[in-house]
Amino acid sequence: MGRITLDKVSKAFGDVEVIPPLDLTIEDGEFVVFVGPSGCGKSTLLRLIAGLEDVSGGEIRINGQDATQTPPAKRGLAMVFQSYALYPHMSVRKNIAFPMRMASMPKDEQDRRIEAAAKALNLTDYLDRRPGQLSGGQRQRVAIGRAIVREPDAFLFDEPLSNLDAALRVGMRLEISELHKRLTTTMVYVTHDQVEAMTMADKIVVLQAGRIEQVGSPMELYRTPRNVFVAGFIGSPKMNLLTGLEAEKHSATTIGIRPEHIAISSDSGTWKGTVGVSEHLGSDTFFHVTVEGFHDPLTVRASGEVALYYGDTIYLTPDLTHLHRFDAQGLRIA
Amino acid sequence: MARSVSTNRKLVTTFFAWAVGLAIFFPILWTILTSFKTEAQAIADPPIFFNFHWTLENYVTVQERSNYFRHFWNSVVLSGGSTLLGLIIAIPAAWSMAFVPSRRTKDILMWMLSTKMLPPVGVLVPMYLIFRNLGLLDTQIGLVIVLTLINLPIIVWMLYTYFKEIPGEILEAARMDGATLRSEILYVLTPMAIPGIASTVLLNIILAWNEAFWTLNLTAAKAAPLTAFIASYSSPEGLFYAKLSAASTMAIAPILIMGWFSQKQLVRGLTFGAVK
Repeated sequence: MGRITLDKVSKAFGDVEVIPPLDLTIEDGEFVVFVGPSGCGKSTLLRLIAGLEDVSGGEIRINGQDATQTPPAKRGLAMVFQSYALYPHMSVRKNIAFPMRMASMPKDEQDRRIEAAAKALNLTDYLDRRPGQLSGGQRQRVAIGRAIVREPDAFLFDEPLSNLDAALRVGMRLEISELHKRLTTTMVYVTHDQVEAMTMADKIVVLQAGRIEQVGSPMELYRTPRNVFVAGFIGSPKMNLLTGLEAEKHSATTIGIRPEHIAISSDSGTWKGTVGVSEHLGSDTFFHVTVEGFHDPLTVRASGEVALYYGDTIYLTPDLTHLHRFDAQGLRIA
Repeated sequence: MARSVSTNRKLVTTFFAWAVGLAIFFPILWTILTSFKTEAQAIADPPIFFNFHWTLENYVTVQERSNYFRHFWNSVVLSGGSTLLGLIIAIPAAWSMAFVPSRRTKDILMWMLSTKMLPPVGVLVPMYLIFRNLGLLDTQIGLVIVLTLINLPIIVWMLYTYFKEIPGEILEAARMDGATLRSEILYVLTPMAIPGIASTVLLNIILAWNEAFWTLNLTAAKAAPLTAFIASYSSPEGLFYAKLSAASTMAIAPILIMGWFSQKQLVRGLTFGAVK
């Protein structure tokens, strides 16, 4: 069981309110990702749940029990830190054993769990090494192993992949998703990388300046962003946002169209533009197109390889069924 | 050309470093040499460097006249005891200053350090009276307390700088893992800070070993350490330089040897943070 409820939880450091009162429910077994730009309060929110920071107001309930004043270790949560936070003076085995040693678990049970975790995380050959002798990915796995053996109600991940290189990050992303499927334990995951959020989450919580902008499944957020911020934050490359005359044509203050919802033609279309920089990924090509009268260049996605070059003139047509409209407050118009 | 300039510069700096090193070491060397001379040779003018008749008679006389080993043992108890007591107080203090600082932490650190600027003689009379009234005069426990107190600011400062280098996330991880405050300090913080703690211990032992003001003023015979042993030879009977030197050599030898073997650790400790 790992159901976490935040009820009007707020946090202030001195006079600065970093998290205004917010409500959130994380269901048992869910993979929830907190995502937002740096400084949006996502890590602080995670630390409030962990108990590493005291809340300034509101209530945190874990499995229905008020845990607002419960010390971190008694909340039944395990945390994986960005810096891994391994104990450098202990071997991998002792690192993984530490939480069980603190809980005075019988030695044979400790060994059994260490072996199981090491096997699951490919660490069996490294159990007697020190963290300093491991690679970044291995250290991260040790940190996860240390969390697993406690058999917590929920795992908390604080940007666990941001210290890894790109290739390793994709691998670890899959491993963590795999782990979630296998354990079916609640996971709360903090990241600033919206790709991680989209690929891993059952439910994404988009945060900005301590406020929740939207909560929903990745596809909900992609299809129906509640406001301009979410529209611009979720999706890669970013949604094209247009204001002014173009938006007024659709009786909105801002309109948004994703790069994949714009058709390219060489002879006719709604907008006429000039091809600028193009990014060839093989499977896709992204064009940055300057359209007369538009403030920013549009990003357009074409499938596969397309023979268009810098300076070519092209015509673009947005797919109106995928057009997002927002009002003066930046909220979605249904 | 650049090469020859740098070689020259190297030569000059090496020479200069040796000159400074010798100048600092000279008094100790002179003391050791004098301890092997006769009293007449010790005060000879012009001074004799090496071509004197080497003798051990000063050492024999010193050991006959006063009990070196009792003083030595007192020095060991005082420096070891005050260091241990200091650590027991300073580790939790430095922990709280490094990891749960308040707005006043920096001020408290400065204030603690400022007590080192006080001339000890300024509080000699009240301290003496307190010690007399509590029956602590000339006791090991009394001196251990005084030495702990005078060195505590340095121990706290040094440990504070070491603890500051330890990432807070590791201690938070320990807290998440169920460690109580005691186990957090005992199993995570202290082992990680061992190099720093070792340097602190070494420096503190040396400071306590050499402390002369309080040990001379608050002891008579029973608890007197080696400093008092040396002082007893600069006596009103007249100056016996050779015997005084023999006593000094015997007093500084243990700490000199310890310092020699641990110099790497000491230098690392004292420059920690500066060169990281």
